[in-house]
Amino acid sequence: MLKELKLPELGENIESAVVSGLLVSPGDSVTKDQPILEVETDKATAEVPSDSEGVVKEIRVKVGDEIKVGHILLTLEEGAQQEASPSSTVPPTEPRQKEEPAPGPASLEPPRPEAEEPRAAAPAAPKTPAPDLAATPVVSHSPADGASIPASPAVRLRARELGIDISQVAGTGPGARLTMEDVTEHARMLISSRGWPVPESVPATAGAPAESVELPDFSQWGSIRREPMSGVRRKTAEHLATAWSQIPHVTQFDQADITRMEALRKRWAPKAEAAGGKLTVTAIILKVVAASLKVFPRFNASLDLARREIILKDFIHIGVAVDAGHGLLTPVIRNTDQKNILQLASELTDLSQRARSKKITNDEMRGSSFTVSNLGGLGTTYFSPIINFPEVALLGVGRAAQQAVYQDGSFVPRLILPLSISYDHRLIDGADAARFLRWIAEALEEPLKIALEG
Amino acid sequence: MGPTQASTDLAVVGAGPGGYAAAFLAADLGLSVTLIDPEPNPGGVCLYRGCIPSKALLHVAKLIGETRKAKQWGVTFTEPDIDLDRLRKWKDGVVHKLTRGLGQLARKRQVRYTRGRAKLLGSGSLEIQPSGGASSRASFGSIVLATGSSSARLPGLPDESPRILNSTTALALTDIPGKLLVVGGGYIGLELGSVYTALGSQVTVVEMTSGLLPGVDRDLVRPLSRRLEGAFEEILLDTRVARFEDREDGVRVTLEGTGVSRPERTFDRVLVSVGRKPNSADLGLESTRAETGKAGFVQVDAQLRTGEPGLSAIGDLVGQPMLAHKASHEGRVAVEAIAGRQVAFAPAAIPAVVFTEPEIAWCGLTEEEAKRQGRKVEVARFPWAASGRALCMDLTEGVTKLLVDPETERVLGVGITGSGAGEMIAEGVLAVEMAALATDVKLSVHPHPTLSETIMESAEVFFGQSTHVHRPRKY
Repeated sequence: MLKELKLPELGENIESAVVSGLLVSPGDSVTKDQPILEVETDKATAEVPSDSEGVVKEIRVKVGDEIKVGHILLTLEEGAQQEASPSSTVPPTEPRQKEEPAPGPASLEPPRPEAEEPRAAAPAAPKTPAPDLAATPVVSHSPADGASIPASPAVRLRARELGIDISQVAGTGPGARLTMEDVTEHARMLISSRGWPVPESVPATAGAPAESVELPDFSQWGSIRREPMSGVRRKTAEHLATAWSQIPHVTQFDQADITRMEALRKRWAPKAEAAGGKLTVTAIILKVVAASLKVFPRFNASLDLARREIILKDFIHIGVAVDAGHGLLTPVIRNTDQKNILQLASELTDLSQRARSKKITNDEMRGSSFTVSNLGGLGTTYFSPIINFPEVALLGVGRAAQQAVYQDGSFVPRLILPLSISYDHRLIDGADAARFLRWIAEALEEPLKIALEG
Repeated sequence: MGPTQASTDLAVVGAGPGGYAAAFLAADLGLSVTLIDPEPNPGGVCLYRGCIPSKALLHVAKLIGETRKAKQWGVTFTEPDIDLDRLRKWKDGVVHKLTRGLGQLARKRQVRYTRGRAKLLGSGSLEIQPSGGASSRASFGSIVLATGSSSARLPGLPDESPRILNSTTALALTDIPGKLLVVGGGYIGLELGSVYTALGSQVTVVEMTSGLLPGVDRDLVRPLSRRLEGAFEEILLDTRVARFEDREDGVRVTLEGTGVSRPERTFDRVLVSVGRKPNSADLGLESTRAETGKAGFVQVDAQLRTGEPGLSAIGDLVGQPMLAHKASHEGRVAVEAIAGRQVAFAPAAIPAVVFTEPEIAWCGLTEEEAKRQGRKVEVARFPWAASGRALCMDLTEGVTKLLVDPETERVLGVGITGSGAGEMIAEGVLAVEMAALATDVKLSVHPHPTLSETIMESAEVFFGQSTHVHRPRKY
């Protein structure tokens, strides 16, 4: 008997994924729970296990396809042996669900919780071009041009007017049909990823064409190459554009003398290693920041402008920006304030390793109330980070360096750590930010401060 | 060079359904327009010598066919008495009325209609040769070429002979030949062959390939072939005419083909309908950067622009299918593109209709095309024998089919053979253009009792269950 394996639910709010690897080929025997496919969602990579046992008959997806939950991945001949002769296979067409329409994504879409995701109104995941479509340039007008994309003539015209390549738009209608809304949302996504402010809402019928920036033909100055944005890059672009356009950013700088702390760090490093973690500057900073957020709760907040309220969070979940190799990821350490530095060190080590090897789940990257970005490993001093919207502040950490400091009548070498704080000036005043950053610097210089005040 | 003619924003060369649609839209958009054509009024081949007069005659042919068929229903008419002059006058009247109406529409829009021919003189300029006047030249902001196509000729054919007809002279209806040879089993040959058969000619069709209407799905052609095998004197497939000889007693032809019993035959008239060629040769294209490709078609992009800035081309001149409705859509797109709108000619389906009895109509993907592309489709057929309305009209040989994508269940193509198929196919076009799923078609309530129900029931057949067709489940 032939069975269709479909893309299962991958997590809350995840409607689609991009196929990043095929782990089986036709003719392979698979067992239940054996990984058959690797998919990339907005921020994580996951393996899709088989929910059945049998021999792979036909693979219906290829690397690069964007597929929705419920999409048929492959067909499996259940109970068949690998050596089954071709003549014993069943006919190529399998039973169709007679009375039901084709599985439409609309019915499978999980309900979106409202409070949790401020960008719940975000456009439907844009589609990465299916290779076969992208490879077909619309050069001559054969009747097949219009036929390849499931969209009505009015929708195709609208896309043309907006300057959108319709093969890049994901259809949310039955049979992946493109609706007017799909095209408008795609236009919004393109605008926001180019750093343009995202309009509050673009009603599909408003008719105001999104003014896309006409790029010059770069090839007139030399050869160019185009590559599709990865899911991570797209999401990052969208997210940062929103943050940049929504938050009036101010960045202030300070520095901490961590000479003593560094000595302590080195002394305790073996102990952390024994506990399975690496005692990094970041791990210590996490502890300090968690304490400072208790003293300055406004830095652990969000703004609800619609209701004219400040949302103060009683939890302290700190996100750590990680250069994962395939993009910027922000794993979150829950209840940072309730963990000791050794615990933080081992948790951070684990999360960043999994972020780099794409084994991290989306849930592990959500819900942060404050974010730390440590670029010190790369040699930066001061920088002006963009706040992880809808948070209201972000601490940037640079590389500590030995500096000559005039102390008690003479110059002495001290290890100085550059600190930068970007904050939402709507909620936080400059003086508060100065006090907040100074508190962190002092706590790094005098760890007892945490116990005394934190 | 003669005097200069008034310049306008746009010049459209050729006033067929593509050219006049382009000119009218341009005028409605506020452009000043010159429309150039040798005929007294807009209309082109379609109205003067093609679609329209042939449909007038096919209507008569259908009526005659029905009166003959009525005998089986208990109603016997006497053999028709055909007054050829009156029939011709009626047909010409239809053409006159339509073209005169177009002339009025052109005037109301202040389109400058110039009778004559035009030739390109480099970028943006035309030499206009008015009928019976001195040539002049003028420059235009944009030029749209819409000069259409003409009947292809056969080599070695004495085509100056009055016994050799093409579609134009055949539609002139000079007389009713006793024996007519139709060379070419395409839609023009079959339509005109049907007209002359109804009027009393003995028609023989010679087709070079192995079936009538090459390129059309065989299951759609079959019911027509069967009907025509009875109506025509003979249909010779895999056969070509090796030699024509115009003689006192008629045209003597030598046929070559595997199944030809008598290669030497004499006919009163020979109608040559072996396709059409684009009229691209005498347009002065060589003075521009526009290029012509295979078979003489002018090369254009999706906005119908040629390689020469400001020069567009539409209709039969730019490629297959050579159909009036394709030309008029292209004309509109060309003008909108000139007006700066973001448009493209990229339809999902261009319908084609063969106006024989039964009619054949299709749109979107065909089975032959799917096979060529190696594309997997599922075909759902509904035989008209199961349609109540078809039975009432004694039209049970028809078939309606949908080509459906097995993956998405999207309707990719529709094919219909049967009376009125040309009208019914419009629903198929809408379904394909709107990317309708088979479910959409199945769940749209169709009026009963009509032939249109066969489209809905084809969609039911796709899902394995149709009210009026019972087949054991496929699965």
